[in-house]
Formats: sequence, C-alpha cells, structure tokens
Amino acid sequence: MTRRVLTRWLIVLLGLHGLVVCAGFFSPYNPAEQDRNHVYLPPQLLHLVDPTGHLHFRPFVYPWKLRPDTPDLREEDTAHPLPLRFFVNGAHYRLLGVFPARLHLFGGEDTRICLLGTDAYGRDQFSRFLYGGQISLLAGFLGAALTLLLGTLVGSVAGYFGGLIDDALMRFAELFLALPWLYLLFALRAFLPLAVSPLKAFFLIIGVIGAVGWARPGRLIRGVVLSAKERDFVRAARGFGATDRYLLWNHVLPETRGVILTQAAILIPQFVLAEMTLSFLGLGVPEPVPSWGNLLSNLQQYSVLVSYWWMYLPALLMVPFFLGYLGLASSLQERTETYMIERRSLGGVT
Amino acid sequence: MRTARAKVHPRRNLPSLLMVLGVVSAPLFAGHPQPKNPKEEFLVMPGEIGHSGGRLVVSLRGEPKTLNPLIAADSRSREVIGVMQADLVHINRATQLTEPALAKSWRISANGLTYTLTLRQGLKFSDGQPLDADDVLFTFRVYLDENVHAPQRDLLIVGGKPISVRKADAQTIVFQLSKPYGVGERLFDGLAILPRHLLEKPYQEGKLGQIGAAPNQWAGLGPFRLKEYVAGQRLVLERNPYYWKADSKGNRLPYLDELIFVFVPNADAQVLKFQSGETDLISQVGAENFSVLSRQPRGYTMVDAGPGLEYNFLFFNLNDAGEKSSPEVLRKRKWFREVKFRQAVSAAADREAIVRLVYQGRGTPLWGLVTPGNKRWGNAVMPHPARSLDRARALLREAGFSWRDEPGGETALFDSDGKPVEFSILTSSSNADRSKMAALIQDDLKQLGMRVQVVPLEFRSLLDRVTQTKDYDACVMGIVSFDADPNSDINVWLSSGGTHLWNPSQTHPATAWEAEMDRLIEEQMSARTFTERKKLYDRAQEILAENQPLIFLASPDILVGAKNTVGNFHPAVLEPYVLWNAEQLYLKNVPESASR
Repeated sequence: MTRRVLTRWLIVLLGLHGLVVCAGFFSPYNPAEQDRNHVYLPPQLLHLVDPTGHLHFRPFVYPWKLRPDTPDLREEDTAHPLPLRFFVNGAHYRLLGVFPARLHLFGGEDTRICLLGTDAYGRDQFSRFLYGGQISLLAGFLGAALTLLLGTLVGSVAGYFGGLIDDALMRFAELFLALPWLYLLFALRAFLPLAVSPLKAFFLIIGVIGAVGWARPGRLIRGVVLSAKERDFVRAARGFGATDRYLLWNHVLPETRGVILTQAAILIPQFVLAEMTLSFLGLGVPEPVPSWGNLLSNLQQYSVLVSYWWMYLPALLMVPFFLGYLGLASSLQERTETYMIERRSLGGVT
Repeated sequence: MRTARAKVHPRRNLPSLLMVLGVVSAPLFAGHPQPKNPKEEFLVMPGEIGHSGGRLVVSLRGEPKTLNPLIAADSRSREVIGVMQADLVHINRATQLTEPALAKSWRISANGLTYTLTLRQGLKFSDGQPLDADDVLFTFRVYLDENVHAPQRDLLIVGGKPISVRKADAQTIVFQLSKPYGVGERLFDGLAILPRHLLEKPYQEGKLGQIGAAPNQWAGLGPFRLKEYVAGQRLVLERNPYYWKADSKGNRLPYLDELIFVFVPNADAQVLKFQSGETDLISQVGAENFSVLSRQPRGYTMVDAGPGLEYNFLFFNLNDAGEKSSPEVLRKRKWFREVKFRQAVSAAADREAIVRLVYQGRGTPLWGLVTPGNKRWGNAVMPHPARSLDRARALLREAGFSWRDEPGGETALFDSDGKPVEFSILTSSSNADRSKMAALIQDDLKQLGMRVQVVPLEFRSLLDRVTQTKDYDACVMGIVSFDADPNSDINVWLSSGGTHLWNPSQTHPATAWEAEMDRLIEEQMSARTFTERKKLYDRAQEILAENQPLIFLASPDILVGAKNTVGNFHPAVLEPYVLWNAEQLYLKNVPESASR
C-alpha cells in the first residue's frame, strides 16, 4: 500500500521535474527576451471551440486588443484566432545544458503565444517559470545534498564516538542553529565584489544554504546512530573485532538511510523556498536570469499587486511541486517506520 | 543641485537638536488676526478666496534630518523648511519668474553690480519679534561665514569673492557684487532670513549647527511654525499668526490652522495612505501608482502636471584610474573614455521604450540636460537622433571594437585587445524606476554584444562609490533641478564641482571639452542679458550632447493628487510640487463658523 502511494508521488514529481529540466523544449521562448510592445499582457487561454461553436482539434488562442475607450483594459480579439503550432523551430537553447537545439513543443506562427501572460518587459512568463524552476530546484537539490552530506558526517561521528566529541560537535551545531542566516548572507554579500555573475551568485546561495542548514539533520542522524550502534548485531560485530570504520559504514550508516531520504524530501522544498526568499530580497541570482524568487519579487510593488493578477500565477504553479515533495516525504516516513517495526520484530524472533 | 528622490549631502549630516527635542509645543494662537495694523504692508496674493481653519495632512518620505536651514541638505528637510521660512525675493513655482517676498521691491544698478532691496514694513517673525535690516545683515554674515558650512555659501560667492552686504537704512539693504551675476535677483530665492534676536548668541558660541526649530530656539517668516514633533511619526505645524501675505479680500494667510507631515517611508505606503484618505495631498507619484490611483478615484483627483525638471541619465566612470589599478579596471576606463563608445551606447539606448515602460507614457525622452519642463533654457536646434543600432555598431567599429560569434548563437563584442566588453551598471535599489531603466539598457546593449550586469545598491553607498571611492563602471542616476535657471546645477557642469558625477572635484579640467564647458558656464554666469546667457548655455548643451559624459535618457512628468476638498490646489513642476502655495491652500469642507 505505502509502496504504491510512494510510486505515485514519485511519478508526479518526475513528470513535473521533466518539464523543468527540459524547459528549453517545453517553453516557447527565450526567458530573457523582451517584447517591449507587449508588456503586461494577460494570459492567453487555450481554446478548442470558436465563437460560432465549431470544435477545432488544433488548440488556438486569441490575441489581446485594447478595449475601446479605456487606457489599459484589454479584451480578446476573437476575430483573429492564433492556432498553436507544434514542434516548431524557435529560439536557440541547450537541452540539459549541453545539447544545442531549437525545437520547441509549441509556438505561434507570427505572434507570440504567452500562456501565462507577460511581465513588465514583455517577457513570456511561462518560459520564465520553467527556466526559473531550473535555477530554484537545482539550488534546492544541491543545497539539500550538501546539507545532508555535512549532516551525516557530523551526526554519525558525533553519535558513534560519543563523549567529548559528541558534546563538542553538538554544541557547534547548536551554534549554527542559532545563527541568523539571513544577516550572515547580507554580511557575506557585502564582502564580495559588486557585480556577482549569475553562476557565482548561484553557488553562493547553495554554499550558504548548505553551510547553515546541516545542523538539524545532523542532530537527527546522530540520534539514529546512537540507537543503531547499541543494536545486538552491531555489538556482535564489534565482539568479533570489527573496526569502527567497518561498523560505521556497513552496519550503522545503512540504518540512517530512511531518515536521510525523508529529510531530503523535506529539505529540497525548504531550500527552494530559501532560494526564493533570497531572490525576493535581491540577494539571489541577478535579473534577467529567471528564478522563482525573481518571478515573485515582481509582486513587491503595490501597483503590480493590484493591476496584474497573472503575476501571481507562478506562485500558484509552484504549489504542485511543493505538494509532491511533501507527499513523498510523508510516504517515505511511513515506509521507514514500517521497515523499522519489521526489523525490530524480526530482531525479537531471532 | 541635488540627486533625485533619495538625496543626501555627504558632508553636512550634522546632528540636529530637533532629534532630541521629542515633543515640543507652543502656546496656541487664539483668534484670527485681521490686518488692521496700518504699518503692516501685506503682499496680496491673487487667486481663489478660501476660508480659514482645518488641518491638512501630507506624507513625507521619511523623517526630516533637521529643520535648521543652515545645515539642511536633504529634500525632506527642505520641503518642511520651505513652509516655515521665507526669502527676500521668491521664484514663483508656477510662472518660474521672480516676485517680491520679504523685499517689496529691488533695483539693480546699470552696471549690474549693486542690488538695492527694500524690505516690507511691519514684518514680524513667527514669535512676534519685528524684522529689520539688521536681521538681513546678520543672515548674510552667517551664510558667508566659512565656519558655519552653510550649503548656501557657494551661491553667494560671485566671481571668486563673497557678496558684500550693507545697510542703507532700517528698511533698505545694498548688496555689492564684484562681477555681474547672470542669475540676478533669483539669487535670493531659498535664502531663509534668520532671526538675529535668537541666533546671535549661538552664532557667537559657534553652536548654530546644533540649533533645532523649537519655538524658543528659532523663529521663521514662513506661513507655518512648529507646534509639535513626535519622533518617527509626525511633525505638526501651526499657522504663523504674523505672516505677511493676505488674499485679495485682505484676510491674512495662511488659511489652514495646521499642516501635518506624517512620516511614511516608502512610495507604496504613501499611495495606500492617500487612497484610504489618511492624507490630503500626494506628490512624486510613480507612473504605475498614478494609474492605480486614477482608476477609481474616491473623493480625490489625480493630476499630471506635465514634464518636470528631473533628468535621468546613464554615465560611465571617467575618473583617472591611477597606475596601481588592475589591468581590468584600466581596460574598462579606456573604453569609457572613448567618446565613440559613449556615443554608441547613447545611440543604442531605446529612450522611447523607457518612457513607455517605465513612465507608462507619462514622460519625455531626453537628449540633453534641459527638460521640457524648463520653459526658457532649452536648445531648440539640438538633434534628437532616433535609436539606431547600425549607427552604434559603426561607431564601435570605428573605435576598434569587433564582434565574434559565441557558441549558442550569440555575438559578443570585443575590444581592440581581444577582451570581451563586460561591465556593470549601478542603480539605487530604492528607486524602482531607475532599476527598470537599467534593465532596459542592459537588454539594449546586449544587442550590441556588450555583457552588462545591473547592480542595485542602497542609495547612500551608491553615492559614496560615485563621489568618494570612485569604484564602479557605470551608473543610472537622476537629478532634479530646483530651479529652471542653469545655475542651479552648476556643480554638475563645472569640472571642479563635487557633483561633476563622471569625474568629480577635478583640480584642472581633464579634457579640452570640459575646459570649454567650464569657460562657457562661468561666462554665462556673469553675462548680463538673457540672450547672451542663452547663447552660451546652448553651446554648453551642444558640447554635452557631443561628448556624452551623461547619456540622457528620460524625464518623468510630475504626477500629483489631492482630495477634492482641497482648494487652491495648483501643482507646479518645480519643487515643492504641491506645497509651493501652502499658504493659499484651504479646505472646502470646513464650515466657516468652525474656523474661528
């Protein structure tokens, strides 16, 4: 039962990440390309039925035109439907960051098709959302990986050796927990040269997230290691003269696998959010490179907030990603618990 | 001159006593005085007759640093000081011409060296003490005293020598200049007359800089005086019962009982406060917020007062890098000093898009320093070349730059040494308009193959980088002139000026054209007639357009709003946009009887 739920969540997440990883293919335009004649265009809805009631198999959208005698209100121009073309050649991109390509899933004929509307510079919000996901999700992934690596290292050493080492490492971890990391980042940024390239800014974010976030998983893993090293089979192995390294690697660490996986599923969305916070505050990857935080930072302005509702859409589209991770985390946790119970009951029999 | 919106003067941030005053209060003035004293010579103001009473609430973008005009340098302080102090001759913000103020008349001698000003009869400070020529003498002695460090001092040095002031009789003062001065009587605008009876002692003790605006410390001649100051929240001003202006029916102005400034730190919060009716006036509204407010006006009216005197521009760091700088810095400075490089950037900048996207059409593209809001000084024959990437490319090619295809289908620009052209543009992080301009220019220059990064920086550190450490590549900034006369921005154009942004405070002009600019600016300062001055100034504008030390981009309209109950609301395009006629503003909904 839990296994089936787990697979279901995994499929959902894989699908969503596929969209983001292959953003070049699924998004019709270059995310930084400005179209200064079409700023703040509302989203174009996909239609299948035209005003006369005819069903079309090729989806189409309507362009926006200014409503007569209003300065900035728009309406759909139903006289000129724009059919979607599939597998069209367009802007250059690199698939998976390596393979140069220019094939896109869809695109318009002459006019641009912007499913999520455009922003203050006339950039396609849909393309920006997908490309922005690359930055934000990758920051989440790498940040979580770094955190868990550090956390496992410190946690297992502290838990396994105990005593003074344990005390020292855990006090050190508490120090990190108490650190106001946002201010740390502000301070760090002040020391760096003025113009930080997007790549540097990206790794800076990951570095900070990883360096500050390891303390909590570290303490969790220490707890698991503490109980694992007292297991009968570990004691038995030690009795047979196994070295510390052998014990840690072959008997103790495998016990922490469930915790680490669950933690990963919790930490990734948390760090995606951290990246968004930083970009929102202007400390993240600099514009015009899109990231989810940069997309949301448009909403800082009151005029945008009340005038262009579609600027909220990226936030809405992020929800499935976060839901996916939370679902994965809870089913992973369930699985770990059943596994532990099974192990324990098995241990009782032998 | 001052830089727009977030303005500071690095040297003059002296602490003010106002900050430690907390709450001060003055005895309330009871009753409404009628100008019955025959000795009082009122200045009669034309315009709608209002009625007395009521309070007007205005938001101020942050707390004023001081109310002492001798040390005030930031715009917030000056906005408040503007309604508390008065000058001898005043520039009418609507007509941009001078008119009598404390001086009822003035005479300039034929050689342009002697100014004779006659004071109004029966003038009194806001504490009831009379004003005479001795106060004026004292005022100019203080302004000219080097130890006081008054920002007004520079304006009073004509031809390298301070103006000399002498008293002819109790009502007449004679100013003697060593050289003719082109600005003429405009010189006296904004020079607040100081109360000698209160300031003589602190001046002798050298403590003028510590004086605040408490009623026992200061008295002004403006329409309002200080009533209450609550740190971090608000400043309450009350009617000055001795004010010297009256309406055409003979009622003493101002109409309002109280003028309240509430401190609101950011533009969006100001908009919300105005929208909810908490404040009565709003000025310096951004174009996007202006559209929001105009969409469903609830009891207020929004006004586009037309182009103002703000000019926004991009400039490159033209400072001498020095021997010790890194090769990277030296390389960049070499590009920036190449005039064709700057001309190419100017040709590539899409000014129309800036006006459309940043100002939503409520602005004007700029090719020179004189904005369309300036009625008299524009050079009509200045070219307005349309955006042309081809011309930009041709200029770059002439200057030795070349293009190479990069993997990924993009072309990058390389200099004659084969290094890629990459640099960063600073903007003020608190100014959304200018950040947006920088983002547009970034994209414009990308089409020339330049790799540009936009770096938003807190305004104070940005100014520090530009004027002090000089560690930056390029910067987008704006300046709001406080007067239409070219002399208001003289520190920007003279190579020795502290705000000669691209290369400030030079001992000798670094280039031939800067030397030429210096000569023109100084000559127009002493030229006698407007036509003569205009000719020299036109030439100066041409030199700027040719050399592009500042790449002018756009000028926004002055966007303001007021509740429909505010009478005599006539916004001007000169600062202070809505409070320039504060003494004539009145509330239509205050019942006549309640006002007395």
